[in-house]
Amino acid sequence: MGSFKLGAMTLGGLFKKPETIQYPAQTKPMPAGLKGHVVNDVETCILCSICAKRCPTSAIEVDKKGRTWAINRFRCVQCGSCVRECPKQCLTMDPHYASPATQMEPSVFDVPEHEKVQAEV
Amino acid sequence: MGKATVIPFGPQHPVLPEPLHLDLVVEDEKVIEAIPQIGFVHRGLEKLVETRDYNQFIYVAERICGICAFGHSMGYAETVERLMGVEIPTRAEYLRVIWHELSRIHSHILWMGLAADAFGFESLFMHCWRLRERVLDIFEKTTGGRVIFSVVKVGGVVRDIDKLQFNEIKRVLEGIKHDYNQLCKAFLKDTSVKNRTVGVGYISHEDALDLSMVGPFARASSVNNDSRCLGNGGYKFLSDFQPIMDGQGDCYARVKVRALEVLQSIDIIEEMIAKIPEGDIAVPVKGSPADGAESSNVVEQPRGECYYYARGNGSKYLERMRMRTPTSQNLGGMTKVLAGCDLADVNMIVLTIDPCISCTER
Ligand code: SF4
Ligand code: SF4
Repeated sequence: MGSFKLGAMTLGGLFKKPETIQYPAQTKPMPAGLKGHVVNDVETCILCSICAKRCPTSAIEVDKKGRTWAINRFRCVQCGSCVRECPKQCLTMDPHYASPATQMEPSVFDVPEHEKVQAEV
Repeated sequence: MGKATVIPFGPQHPVLPEPLHLDLVVEDEKVIEAIPQIGFVHRGLEKLVETRDYNQFIYVAERICGICAFGHSMGYAETVERLMGVEIPTRAEYLRVIWHELSRIHSHILWMGLAADAFGFESLFMHCWRLRERVLDIFEKTTGGRVIFSVVKVGGVVRDIDKLQFNEIKRVLEGIKHDYNQLCKAFLKDTSVKNRTVGVGYISHEDALDLSMVGPFARASSVNNDSRCLGNGGYKFLSDFQPIMDGQGDCYARVKVRALEVLQSIDIIEEMIAKIPEGDIAVPVKGSPADGAESSNVVEQPRGECYYYARGNGSKYLERMRMRTPTSQNLGGMTKVLAGCDLADVNMIVLTIDPCISCTER
């Protein structure tokens, strides 16, 4: 029994470095494996649609004819399935969070016709 | 004797992290009956199993609850692995136990903070959540997420923890242990805390058994029902496991059981880190669950035993996925405890069952 069982810890806190940081002036370092957002290296993408099929939230849309790869960042839950399953390893998980957007629309990326380019060369 | 009055408690109430409604029938300052009502956050997650294949559903399963996210993904994966007869690598089983026990630590410390907040001990609340933050940082570094981890998959886990990270986990846990022991002293020895918890919300061993209570709520009434004893998954590698129990059956006992379980979890993690073998972390899983195949599984979540049932239909979509979560088991006990208590103790009693409503409603 007794009171002030937390006294030592609370008073000790006065002489310690604060546990909190002054966000947003200061931010915490991002660990390497943090799940921020999915990035596609369009140079290597072959538009095979495997990522779109594996995605649990149907966030990815692949248009083979129009040669575009689109991701709806508002649907993506950063599960990493697409990154694991991509046969060309062109998807990566960037540790930075996607910045806020004013409109809820997917980010569309044009995929260049690399095979053809190579054939011409 | 006064006139009976009904006082609504919740679904929005400062003490409740989640929406639960209670109709409290009071006479003077005594509660004579409590009628619970849930259904404010139903999301129909079990139904989603029809439109997400068994690999994708794991990300739905872990969204059942924000606190036991890891436990649900592990429970679901184990159930599907049983359904398909998949043996996962030993290292993956160890890693699952380590993450699951870390979840238990963060869940219990979070709960202790909420309890401190409920009895008005704000600095204790802050200290609890300060420590919990360190556990979340471990998660952030090892899984890439703080609350939802997405590290389990059917057939194993998707990330490994290396030696360096294990050393850091051990160092952080040592630091937590030191501070945590002081918090425990405040929770278990401080007069002002004891005044709010000792003898409040008593439930007997017989009632606890009758009402099929689970988890720390039941263990505080000496019901030995820790499903970690069954040795499912990686728990079979533990050299010794004795569930923490207490016979007092009041709020103080429930605080005590949870407080000691955190230390027990730290010991389990240390043992697992010392014994973890090298090897693969996942096996490839091909095919679909057979038509009519059934399997079930129990996992000891921070709030108690959670039961999983799955049935296949020959396609990659499951026919049925069912979970019975600990809070739905404990609501009966809660109404029993509330009948006869003081109105001022209601918030303390509701909190000590650690209700998780979004688990219950899914
Ligand atoms: S799986 Fe990879 S290669 Fe295929 S469409 Fe997606 S990003 Fe492109
Ligand atoms: S990380 Fe997951 S949710 Fe996001 S796009 Fe990839 S598969 Fe879909």
